[in-house]
Amino acid sequence: MSETLKVTLEKPDGTVAILRTDGYINNTGGEEIARQAYTLLGEGTIRLLLDLEKTKIVNSIGISILIEVLEKVLDQGGRLAFCRLTPTIEKTFQIMGLAQYARIFPAPEDALAWLRGEAE
Amino acid sequence: MSTADTREVHLTIPVAPEMEIAATAQVAALGEWMELGRDKIDEVKMAVVEACINAFEHSGTPDHRVELRFRVGTERPGNGGRAYLEVDVLDNGHGFDPACVASPEIGKKLRAPHKRGWGLRIIRSLMDDVRIESGERGTMIVMRKYR
Repeated sequence: MSETLKVTLEKPDGTVAILRTDGYINNTGGEEIARQAYTLLGEGTIRLLLDLEKTKIVNSIGISILIEVLEKVLDQGGRLAFCRLTPTIEKTFQIMGLAQYARIFPAPEDALAWLRGEAE
Repeated sequence: MSTADTREVHLTIPVAPEMEIAATAQVAALGEWMELGRDKIDEVKMAVVEACINAFEHSGTPDHRVELRFRVGTERPGNGGRAYLEVDVLDNGHGFDPACVASPEIGKKLRAPHKRGWGLRIIRSLMDDVRIESGERGTMIVMRKYR
């Protein structure tokens, strides 16, 4: 059995990047997201969208790694948004308080507008 | 499902990567059978994942196994008569004192080197009833979700 996470990157413009996940966000999945996110941060892309449409389950180890990513994004003055979460994943993020420091959107378009500063 | 219906499934999983996902399949099967609802099934699956990885990482179970019991039942009419899905997660490890587990806060975690420790918070928030029995011979977490 393998639930290996796939992460694909899209850079619609020079200001934001979208990381689309497909699979289970556990320790290895979280580390793959972090690896790609830190590369983007190192290149100066500090506004990131995590699109979890194809992720149906997460665990707290994976989310803890996302908190590390959030910390580094905030340290660089950036923004982190999530979109297309399942109701349970969104509820879990709310339980953990992630929504206090990152924004959660139903649709990627709204998330991108917030990341670009076009909407609050 | 009639009020007389009960079902119980036992599963033993090894302490190994992603074995917690095998456990969630039982939640889906029993949850669908009792018409629990998609979001509630997902919440139970998440809680089971957390209970399993807590046991994997912290119990020190000498047999490297975690036992799960999945139970569909109905409360007695005098207690509300509600149908429920209950999951027991057991290990033979060294136990712990739940009262000594710190409650995590996101603001502190963002600045701390150790960002983990969310499992029990998630389990208690997603399930309707949670009971933890722990001692020198192991730990049993009993989690219930009502339909």
